[in-house]
Amino acid sequence: MFIEYIVGLSGLIAAGLFIYGLKAMSSPVTAVSGIVTAGYGMVFVVGATFLNLFNVSPDARPHLLVNVALAVVALLLGCLWAGWRGRTVQMTAMPEMVAIFNGMGGGSAASLAAVSLLSDHATSGLHLSVTIVGALIGCISFTGSIIAWAKLDGRMRKPVRFGGQRFFNAALFLISLALGALAVMQYGTPEGVLPGILFFGAALLFGICMTLPIGGADMPVVISLYNAFTGLAVGLEGYVMGNPALMIAGMVVGSAGTLLTALMAKAMNRSLSNVLFSNFGDTTSSAKGPEGEMKSADPSDAATSMRYASSVIIVPGYGLAVAQAQQKLYEFVKMLVADGVDVKFAIHPVAGRMPGHMNVLLAEAGVPYDMIYDMDDINDSFATTDVALIIGANDVVNPEALTDKSSPIYGMPILNAYKAHQVFVIKRGSGTGYSGVQNPLFFQKNCTMVFGDAQAVLSKMVEAVKALGTA
Amino acid sequence: MMDSVTSMTFIIALYIFMLAAFTGYVVISRVPSILHTPLMSGSNFIHGIVVVGALDVLFNATTLTGQVIGFVGVFLGAGNVMGGYVVTDRMLAMFRPSQKPTTEKKGQQ
Repeated sequence: MFIEYIVGLSGLIAAGLFIYGLKAMSSPVTAVSGIVTAGYGMVFVVGATFLNLFNVSPDARPHLLVNVALAVVALLLGCLWAGWRGRTVQMTAMPEMVAIFNGMGGGSAASLAAVSLLSDHATSGLHLSVTIVGALIGCISFTGSIIAWAKLDGRMRKPVRFGGQRFFNAALFLISLALGALAVMQYGTPEGVLPGILFFGAALLFGICMTLPIGGADMPVVISLYNAFTGLAVGLEGYVMGNPALMIAGMVVGSAGTLLTALMAKAMNRSLSNVLFSNFGDTTSSAKGPEGEMKSADPSDAATSMRYASSVIIVPGYGLAVAQAQQKLYEFVKMLVADGVDVKFAIHPVAGRMPGHMNVLLAEAGVPYDMIYDMDDINDSFATTDVALIIGANDVVNPEALTDKSSPIYGMPILNAYKAHQVFVIKRGSGTGYSGVQNPLFFQKNCTMVFGDAQAVLSKMVEAVKALGTA
Repeated sequence: MMDSVTSMTFIIALYIFMLAAFTGYVVISRVPSILHTPLMSGSNFIHGIVVVGALDVLFNATTLTGQVIGFVGVFLGAGNVMGGYVVTDRMLAMFRPSQKPTTEKKGQQ
C-alpha cells in the first residue's frame, strides 16, 4: 500500500517536471535547463518503478528474478544503443534519428497493448477497446517511423505509388479495425488469439502502406505527426494500465505534437490531409520555366561587393548543409562583421529538412541565435538591404509562389530576397529545386549566379576578402 | 456498484486527458520556429515514459511470451528515452547568444 503511494506520487512529480521542462524548452534562453529538468523527472520515475518489484502479482513472484534480470538487460541495451547512436549521428541526419527514436516509443506502446490483450485478467470491454485503439496508433507510429527513417536516410528514394492505393489503404485500415473488434469480442477464449495476432500484423502493415506514397520532402511533417501518434498511444495505454503519469505525459505530447505538426504544415502552406493523401511532385513536370539568360559571376567579385555593402542578408537552404559549408559560411560572415557590414540570417520556416533544422545546423557552426531571423521578422527588411546572398535554397525564394497561380508552389510564403538591391545565388548548377519548378528570380536583372559547390565558393570568398585586407 | 466505479474512473480519465491536452497546446503555442526541431525531439523524449509501463509489464510477466514482449517493450522504450534525451540535449547545447561564443572560443584558442 505504502509503495503504491510512493510510485504513484513519483509519477505525479515526473509529469509535473515534464510539463515544466517542455515549457522551458519553448524559449531558447531556458531550453537547456528544460530538457535537463525533464531528464531528472524521467530518472526519478524509472527508479521509483523498481519499487513495484515488492508489489508484483502472486503468479509472477516465481519469475521475479528472471524478469528483473531481463528488465535490466533491456534497459541497458536500449540506453547504450540509443545513447551511442544519438551521440554520434551527424546533425544533418537528425530528422531520421528522431524518427527512429519516436518509432521505438510507438513500438513499446504497442507491446504494452499486446500484453494486455494476452493476459487473462478480466477487464471490461471499454478497457479492451481503448487497448486496441492505442495498439493501432502505436503500430502505425512504429512501422511508419521506420519507413520515414528509410526515406530520409536515402534507403528508399522514390515514393511507392500504385493505382487504387488509397482504396487499398482504406481497406487495410478497416480490416485492422475489424480484426481488433473480433479480438475484443473473443477476448479470453482460444479463438481470440488468432484475430489478435492478425490485428497486430494488419496494423503494422497499415503503418508501412500509409507512409510509402508520401514523398521525402513531406517526411518532417509526417514524423511530427507520428510523434503525436506515439504520445496518444502512450496516453491510451496509460489508461489501460491505470498509470496517470503515462496518461498525462502521453496526452501532453499528443496535443503538443499535433500543434507542432499543424505549424509545420502551415509553414509549407499545405494542409495535413494534403500531405497525407495527395501525391505531391507528380504534376509538376509540365510546368514550363521562365525564358531568359542567367548572369553568373566569380566568387571573388561577389565577395568584394558584399565586403563593401552596408547590409547583407543571408538565406541558407538545405544545399548549404549538404555541402557541409556552415562553418565556412560563418567564417566568411565573421570577416564581414569585422569589417562593419550588418549581416543577418533569414530562415524560411521549412529551410533544412524540418522546421528549425537550419537553425540547429547554423547553431552547430557557432552562429549566435540573435543573428538569425524568422521569415516574418525579416521579410520587410529585404527592400532596404544591399545584398541578399542565397545559398543552396531555391523554392523558398521563388517569387512565382506569390504571383503565378498555376505554379505548384503557389501560395507558399517566401522570403522576399528578390527585393534586395543585389541578389547573389550560390548554386551547384542551373537545375530546379525540390518542387521541380524553375525560379524566375535567377533571371532577374538584379540577380547574379555564383555556380559551384557551396564549400568551394565560400572558401574562395573568404580568400578574396582576406586579400582585400581589413579596413 | 462496480459499474459506477468503473464508469467513474473512465470519466476521470477523460478529465485527465482533456486537461493534459490543453496543457500541451498552451505550453507549445508560443514557441518560435527556431525551436521546432528541438521541441519535437524533446516531446519525443517525454513520451519515452512508456518505458515505465513496459517495466511494470515485464515485472509481472508469467509466461515466456509475456517475457519476450515485455523485454522488447522495455528495450524500445529505453531507446526512446535515451535517444530522445541525447539528441535534444545535443541540439539545445548549440543555441547560444552572440556574446558567449566569442569569449568561449578565445578561451579555447
